[in-house]
Amino acid sequence: MRNPQELRYTESHEWVQNQPDGAVLVGITDFAQDALGDLVFIDLPAVGKTFQAGEVIAVVESVKAASDIYAPVSGTVIAVNDAVKDAPEKVNRDAYSAWLFRMQPQDLSEVGRLLNAAAYQAKIDSEK
Amino acid sequence: MLKRTALFDIHRAAGAKMVDFAGWEMPLHYGSQIEEHLAVRSGAGMFDVSHMRAIDLHGAGALPALRMILANDAGRLVPGKALYSCMLRPDGGVLDDLIVYRLAEEKTAFRMIVNAGTAERDFAWMQQVRNEHGFDTELRMRTDLALIAVQGPSARARLGRAVPTVGPIVEGLGAFCAAAHGDWFIARTGYTGEDGCEVALPADQAAEFWRALAGADVAPCGLGARDTLRLEAGMNLYGAEMDETVTPLESGLAWTVDWRTPRAFIGRSALERQRANPRLRQLLGLKLLDRGVLRAHQAVATAQGPGEITSGTFGPTVGCSIALARLPAGVAPGDEVSVALRAGPARALVCAPAFVRNGRVLG
Repeated sequence: MRNPQELRYTESHEWVQNQPDGAVLVGITDFAQDALGDLVFIDLPAVGKTFQAGEVIAVVESVKAASDIYAPVSGTVIAVNDAVKDAPEKVNRDAYSAWLFRMQPQDLSEVGRLLNAAAYQAKIDSEK
Repeated sequence: MLKRTALFDIHRAAGAKMVDFAGWEMPLHYGSQIEEHLAVRSGAGMFDVSHMRAIDLHGAGALPALRMILANDAGRLVPGKALYSCMLRPDGGVLDDLIVYRLAEEKTAFRMIVNAGTAERDFAWMQQVRNEHGFDTELRMRTDLALIAVQGPSARARLGRAVPTVGPIVEGLGAFCAAAHGDWFIARTGYTGEDGCEVALPADQAAEFWRALAGADVAPCGLGARDTLRLEAGMNLYGAEMDETVTPLESGLAWTVDWRTPRAFIGRSALERQRANPRLRQLLGLKLLDRGVLRAHQAVATAQGPGEITSGTFGPTVGCSIALARLPAGVAPGDEVSVALRAGPARALVCAPAFVRNGRVLG
């Protein structure tokens, strides 16, 4: 299972990618999509809405179960990935290219405090 | 330590995600259960169901024993035919659902295929009944057999390509009929709502058979697809739609109970008493009208009172979430009801408990 080195991760299995303009892309990890199985619905947040870190920001539903997605940092949603909403299987096929939403963080240092790839791998290993 | 079938190594080598099912380590899927489901409806898929168990009965007492133990009448079977039935407790509660075949070669021989989680209990119960009533019948648990289901509109054709010697048998097999071929037993039955066969064969030949099927474009399919296929087809799952606490009459299985002769089958008197109850609950289908997925045990609110979902999923062929639910008397297809989903109440349409037949979406 892959955890790209350049990304940051949360304990709740979201990945976060820094973008040149200071925004972040957010998705769910390969571990998460594998645990969920085939996704059938994705409920994305409204553009313009603001969330605190740790707040439920999206919901993914697979054949197996529904799962909350949490805001990795505090900030405002500036875009959502409509392609993924119409074809949730894209997340199963490539969790790291199938971003869910784009956020403008309130405080960039929050991103720096997320897990790096090694720490995230250690977390997954401890869950087995 | 979980039990493993003869195909365990093949499943692992194919990258299957393995799960615990009734104490067996079985493949949930090989990558995408939705793709596997669609492969069965459009072509052919294969399922390792060797965790299920064949129980053979031989002897003059085999038929009388079955006519007592099963709610459907095995006496209706001609050699080479299959029958779907429940096995009941004296209080009418369902011990298992199963298919019983009358073996063509030996007229006093029958084979039952029972569920994995209940096989040991079923066998002990049958022995108890046999001993108490003195039926002259041998009972044999066939742990030496593997069971592989090949399902889909192209299943029989590809099975014939994979194993040419069984081609003519499979081609000529009528629906719900079975035939032997050496040590193999081939039945035109299934759990998907599609055409196809279920093959019982010596476990040491299973791997070669599986590989031959793969070579004939039959897709490996796991338990995930098995569940979405059977639910779309409106087929019950023991442990979900029924268990020992409910009777066939409240589980959509009244049609499997044969009352036509004075046959004293176990559970008959309990069912006869229950049959008179006008408030008997019923099993119906639900189609979710809003976004989301229906799931087992979710509460259903109807104009006639509360009900409960027994099985729910997303149906890849129907394209929406579907469920089977035990609902109060008086609820009818066409009614709109409310289901308590995780996210809140959602609207569902009541329908007959079957959503797809031979690849066609119903209703």
